[in-house]
Amino acid sequence: MRIRAIVIRILQQFFRDKRTLALMLLAPLLILTMLWLVFNGKDYKPSIAAIDLPSSFIAKLNENDVKLKTLPYKDAMVELKEGKLDAVISHSNRELQIKLEGSDPTVNKETINKIQETMKELSPEKTQAKLSISYLYGSKDMSSFDNFGPVLLGFFAFFFVFLIAGVAFLRERTRGTLERLMASPLKRWEIVIGYVIGFGVFTTFQSAIIASYAIYVLDMLMNGSFIYVLIITLLLSLTALTLGTLLSSFANNELQMMQFIPLVVVPQIFFSGLFNLETISPWVRWIGPLTPLYYAADALRDVMIRGKGWSGIATDICMLIGFSLLFMLLNVVALKKHRRI
Amino acid sequence: MEGIVAVQNVSKHFGDHVVLNDLSLTMGRPEIFGLLGPSGSGKTTLVKMIAGIDAPSSGTVSVFGEGMPNLKLMGQIGYMAQADALYEELTAKENLEFFASLYGLNQAKRQKRIVEVMEMVSLKSDLKKMVKDYSGGMKRRLSLAIALLHEPKLLILDEPTVGIDPVLRKAIWDKFESLRDNGTAILVTTHVMDEAERCDRLGLIRDGEMIATGEPGQLKRETNSSTIEEAFLFYGGAGHAN
Repeated sequence: MRIRAIVIRILQQFFRDKRTLALMLLAPLLILTMLWLVFNGKDYKPSIAAIDLPSSFIAKLNENDVKLKTLPYKDAMVELKEGKLDAVISHSNRELQIKLEGSDPTVNKETINKIQETMKELSPEKTQAKLSISYLYGSKDMSSFDNFGPVLLGFFAFFFVFLIAGVAFLRERTRGTLERLMASPLKRWEIVIGYVIGFGVFTTFQSAIIASYAIYVLDMLMNGSFIYVLIITLLLSLTALTLGTLLSSFANNELQMMQFIPLVVVPQIFFSGLFNLETISPWVRWIGPLTPLYYAADALRDVMIRGKGWSGIATDICMLIGFSLLFMLLNVVALKKHRRI
Repeated sequence: MEGIVAVQNVSKHFGDHVVLNDLSLTMGRPEIFGLLGPSGSGKTTLVKMIAGIDAPSSGTVSVFGEGMPNLKLMGQIGYMAQADALYEELTAKENLEFFASLYGLNQAKRQKRIVEVMEMVSLKSDLKKMVKDYSGGMKRRLSLAIALLHEPKLLILDEPTVGIDPVLRKAIWDKFESLRDNGTAILVTTHVMDEAERCDRLGLIRDGEMIATGEPGQLKRETNSSTIEEAFLFYGGAGHAN
């Protein structure tokens, strides 16, 4: 009888908290759907530029499901650098030369496979033409970890700052200290800036530790400048901080703050480039550019794998700053709920 | 002199639920004004409006002649909420220093006031303790100390003495009286009758309406009661008869 009472009480509590209920029931469906959309995407079609190759070879390559372009060598190299091409094929001295973009090991393998298949089909008995493979970025030793490492680096910075800042701000509200701050001459934007700077100090340390550990201890591929990696992770942390404090005003307790993880944090991983963005179903592909991690991951890869400098990451940096400013502004507006001025 | 607090025809409702209904209140000179009423009667909502952290649905609230909320005025008000509103993972001193800087007290002044207010609430020896190790009554007193830090001209205290033992409670009320004598106006909510007796004036609140205001003695005389409680019952009952 007492057990029954407990069971009923628990069920009642569940139905009182509609959000927890919805999370338990709908969030798994949502994530499963996303995973399905992400993994059930099309096969990856490598983009290849062929330069002065025999037409028989080009025709065969076309049958093998690749995006083939014919353009002058110089233009092809520019497109390769911009990431529009995965490989450029040319030949000299009866040798087939493949120049790979190189930053994604999975794409490298797929591209080489397609080319080798084509060669086998053309001359099944013997492969008399030799293959010479070179890499624009990375190398054949590059592991998958080197490829998705920069993304994880960004993700962890984002995840923990989001949660800690969110809970800290939530506690400020539930324990009444926010009300006390609001009853003082403190301005709303001063609270927001105070949080940004206070946590900014903390996140600077955090970014430095995560980045140095990944690069110097785990020996993650690092071709660019360490200071850029720091700037990018710090700016990403700021978006996490400002988004966390903003969303905390829509949570009533710590548990409800946790509920934002599967809704806000996890989906960002899917669109951060951990999975090839071109194979993601077009139904969800548009989500990527709306998430901060998308830009941070892109910038981190540009610096760490491709060794790019300021000009390569400026756009991403601007987007991250933009996100932070937007979230900060919304934070100031959300605080209006507690005091009109 | 435009008075210290002027609440005029204030109403507050959330949807259909009426919290305050056409309520007015004035405090003209430094005095201890007690708001007496059961929980849920709207006392807290009213004091929050005067502190500037809640807005009425209709009517006006002004403090020192200016409409609230007003950031400049907020620096002259000391507000102590029902929740203790302390940072538990900090020491008492760290809490005091934080709030003192919010009100712009300089370093020398800060240290002087911290000692003064902690003496007032008999917590001077516990300054370096973490707040999470404080008892409920100690937290309440620390919260009161913070509200007194910047020597506000108007003190708004929401049930300040809950959980504080009678001896200390008496000492704190003695302190309120000396603050008043030095020119501080005090607006205090309570549901303890003996505290009500010590107020200069009382406002009796029931269901969001001010059912009577006046000096405790006057309220008792008018209703032929021997206690404030009886007077409250009289006005409450009369309110129903209307």
